[in-house]
Amino acid sequence: MRFSEAWLREWVSPPVDTRQLADQLSMAGLEVDAVEPAAPAFDGVRIGWVTSVEAHPDAAKLRICRVDLGEDEPLQIICGAANVAAGMKVPVATIGAVLPGDFKIKRAKLRGVASHGMICSAKELGLAESSDGILALPADAPVGEDIRAWMALDDQCLEVDLTPDRGDCLSVSGLAREVAAINGMTLMPSAIHPVVPLRETQIPVRVLAPAACPRYACRIIRNIDSSAVTPWWITERLRRSGLRPISPVVDVTNYVMLELGQPMHGFDLATLDGEIQVRQAVAGESLRLLNGETLTLRDDTLVIADRHRPVALAGIMGGAETGVGDATRDVLLESAFFSPQAISGQARSYGLHTDSSHRFERGVDPLLQERAIERATHLLFTIVGGEPGPVVMVETEADMPRRRQQLLRRARIAQILGVVMPDDRVTEILQRLGMMVSPHQEGWLVTAPSSRFDLVEEVDLIADLGRIHGYERIPVARNRSVSVTRVAAEAHFDLDRARLALVSRGFQEVITYSFISPDLQERVDPEQEVLRLANPLSAELSVMRTSLWPGLLQTARYNQARQLERVRIFESGLRFRLGAEGLTQTPGLGGLIVGPPDPEQWGLPRRAADFYDLKADVEALLVLTGAPERFSVHPDAHPALHPGQAARIECAGEPVGWLGMLHPSLAASLDLIGNAYLFELDLDAMSLGVLPKFSPISRFPSIRRDIAITVDEAVSYEAIASSIRAVETELLRDLVLFDVYTGQNIESGQKSLALGLILQARSQTLTDSVIDETVGRILDRLAVDFGATLRK
Amino acid sequence: MAEQTELGLAALKAAALTTIEQAQDLAALDAARVRYLGKNGELTALLKQLGTLPAAERPAAGQQINLAKAAVQAAIDARKAMLEAASLTARLAAERIDVSLPGRGREMGGLHPVTRALRRIEHLFAQAGFAVVEGPEVEDTYHNFEALNIPEHHPARAMHDTFYFDTQRLLRTHTSPVQIRVMETQKPPLKIIAPGRVYRCDSDLTHTPMFHQVEGLLVDEAVTFADLKGVLHDFLRSFFERDLALRFRPSYFPFTEPSAEVDIQCVICSGSGCRVCKQTGWLEVLGCGMVYPEVFRKVGIDPDRHLGYAFGMGVERLAMLRYGIDDIRLNFDNDLRYLRQFR
Repeated sequence: MRFSEAWLREWVSPPVDTRQLADQLSMAGLEVDAVEPAAPAFDGVRIGWVTSVEAHPDAAKLRICRVDLGEDEPLQIICGAANVAAGMKVPVATIGAVLPGDFKIKRAKLRGVASHGMICSAKELGLAESSDGILALPADAPVGEDIRAWMALDDQCLEVDLTPDRGDCLSVSGLAREVAAINGMTLMPSAIHPVVPLRETQIPVRVLAPAACPRYACRIIRNIDSSAVTPWWITERLRRSGLRPISPVVDVTNYVMLELGQPMHGFDLATLDGEIQVRQAVAGESLRLLNGETLTLRDDTLVIADRHRPVALAGIMGGAETGVGDATRDVLLESAFFSPQAISGQARSYGLHTDSSHRFERGVDPLLQERAIERATHLLFTIVGGEPGPVVMVETEADMPRRRQQLLRRARIAQILGVVMPDDRVTEILQRLGMMVSPHQEGWLVTAPSSRFDLVEEVDLIADLGRIHGYERIPVARNRSVSVTRVAAEAHFDLDRARLALVSRGFQEVITYSFISPDLQERVDPEQEVLRLANPLSAELSVMRTSLWPGLLQTARYNQARQLERVRIFESGLRFRLGAEGLTQTPGLGGLIVGPPDPEQWGLPRRAADFYDLKADVEALLVLTGAPERFSVHPDAHPALHPGQAARIECAGEPVGWLGMLHPSLAASLDLIGNAYLFELDLDAMSLGVLPKFSPISRFPSIRRDIAITVDEAVSYEAIASSIRAVETELLRDLVLFDVYTGQNIESGQKSLALGLILQARSQTLTDSVIDETVGRILDRLAVDFGATLRK
Repeated sequence: MAEQTELGLAALKAAALTTIEQAQDLAALDAARVRYLGKNGELTALLKQLGTLPAAERPAAGQQINLAKAAVQAAIDARKAMLEAASLTARLAAERIDVSLPGRGREMGGLHPVTRALRRIEHLFAQAGFAVVEGPEVEDTYHNFEALNIPEHHPARAMHDTFYFDTQRLLRTHTSPVQIRVMETQKPPLKIIAPGRVYRCDSDLTHTPMFHQVEGLLVDEAVTFADLKGVLHDFLRSFFERDLALRFRPSYFPFTEPSAEVDIQCVICSGSGCRVCKQTGWLEVLGCGMVYPEVFRKVGIDPDRHLGYAFGMGVERLAMLRYGIDDIRLNFDNDLRYLRQFR
């Protein structure tokens, strides 16, 4: 809502400047977004009377004008505008004047003829975006007077960004009531002059949808002067409110809308067939609107119709065929109350948004219609004359919004706001806001004005008290605060700790969009059913991720494209999967490495990261569960992973994640340089951690025996290790794999593993014979299980 | 004989002392020790010959030999200490390194700036006794809108630019539905914050279609707007580590009343007016209010018995102000050169 400060001050004029007024509004919840001058800076422009116009001897388009500025001699001014004519009142920039854009007016000669000033267009004065010729001022404009003063251009336009609950402030009168309440002032009542009907002329009105239109008022005005123009003070106020002048009827309805908040519409009576109906549209009916668009209507849409067709989209926009035009002689003015429920969403559903729909959606005062139509008739009568008929009003009392008394409890004010407000302050604020207040033993009974759709509950009244009293006058309290801290179980896998562990291991956290490209999704996780957005921003952001890998891969590629070859990144977040039991949203933690594991440095050889680098990172995370031994890693196939370097991670037999090398063909199609390695863990499945449990430290020395065995290459280390642990549960403290070797001296298809067995007893020092016996048992078992032979 | 011995002893001692003095390393010194003082050493041999002397001469001769032995031993000890010190000095000199060379091994990674800010927010509210809860990001329209008093076709709903999957499911447009989920399942008193991703169908210079919010909710029997002012004053001043001026500006949210937007004195220009605060000196950083009675009724909490406050803030906004970031989109480009600035 944009309005002129001068206009507002006709209703209420507090002793504050523009800046303070804007701050007052903002601090009352009516946020002022912008304050702009009504006209740019210029001076030296006065009202002139063109007394004669002659052709320029040497230029076809220029005219020599004599302009009276109320001084002894008229000025000679050369003018190029086609519309300049003798008898016009015009703005004249005199010698020495400065126009917007620091344009200085000097004495000039145009094609040999002296010009003592310039006749200005509205555009040249910064009063319009574009102009067709010079600005014609009304005949009664006082010759010689400064135009800034006469047009009151030293005014400010305030742009208020209203919240959707404050439809009542979409008018100068509504804003004025707020300003009056804030400043403890009384609103100047606006004079509305009811127009005495000059003719008994009316149109039948049938409201067939009374719930959607509880009140419909209209009036015929016959024989208007179609050559009349809107007075400058109306067009100027419209301009300062951001509206363009169109025609007297439209300008007046817009003016009344801005002044009082009632959207109105003017029909050309001659185009209407017989009667006005307010009804639901019949599905498929079509209506060509004033903006030229033709709509096919749905049956949930309220329309204004005549006997045979819709003529307006109720509360939104009129139809093109029935609108007021240059040839209109008889006008039907409409001033209705459409319920917010009937209008809400309608404009948007047809891709429209109008000043009218904006107001009806938020709520127009249901008791305003007659006042608005009288005001409009009065204004219109002074411009276009005509013969008004009586106001026809159809009201369905039962469907009118209920205005009920609301109990406002004195104690509740302090309970909500935390401040005690004196009784007289309460009643003063409420009454200045237009509420009817009567005393009650617990407080007051309050009836809100009909324009306020937002005052539903007691607390809404309390909020208004707080707002007008001033939030800054509510204290800052720190004395009362319950503590209901619920701490996560200590054993619970702590994502925050996991993040920090990864950071310590050189990983950078990233945050990628939860919606990704379906193509990438398909390539990374082709078997998983996906959830698709119905209205994505773009195809690239249209399906919900089922894995963290697509985002990580895109990030790796993005950074490689920016000359960063070493990428170690992780992300945590939800994955969205459709399955038999519907949608699941499960938190995951995923990572990617590509390029060298460490930054280039003097003390380490350069090498590319491999599977085991990332596996160490994953193992570090598993340690944070408190029970890494519950986890195991199994070779398995994943569509995004290299078939020989892919592993499923399990916890107590349940799958909890994946680890592996990005499939080379996927890497190639993503233009990723080097081998990338990926992991992803399901945080829900990992969440149940194990609390550490103390076990005593043996006071006896441990003994280490190294063995080197040769086994088939296909035998996994995991199998060997679990076999060893199964044989010796008592004495084996630790198992160290310190070499894996294939090549010379080892038969092809075989590998050699060098293992350190660390043995220790709780209650004695181990003897050689016990140690030999234990190692012997282990070797026997490995021979049986895997055909392992001891390498000499 | 005694004289002879005496002469021999003196010569032997002198020879021993010379040998010791000339020993250039610990091995040579040890060889000297063996030669003179060892089991078969030359001085030891003299002691063994004492028996051949007349009984009367033995004590004096023995004393002479022992004195010589002691002198030799002392010389060895002294020489040893000297050699050891020299050896240590040489080793230390040889082991000098350039301590300015960079350290070896892995470097630190870092957290995303949004996570960094979120951890701080969570930490500050945890200190004030708020528990962290989370909720789904794919929400139903009921929890995202209706339960928060935003009926269908409400102008406030149109302002949300919602991503939909179908008529019932959407991407949550705010973290406020977590309030509802908590109130549906837990009994007051409640004191929670709900951090997380939220989504709006909006993408331009100053908007990304995904961002983060933290929602806060407190429900108890006696809670006032003044308490809400208190908790947010403390939070914002702690977060920015400055005694910022704050202002609570009346606003509208369908699920709170009274409602406010909270502005802080601009942290860039300290309130004198700059590009970031659009010359106003103020920055809007969060929205808040007292829980609307209808919201309580919908989750079965009696609004006459319980009161509550709720607040919501944009994490990116706070992180950007805190770290001086001027483009929200950088947060999701994930350029490592950007991210590494916030380690």
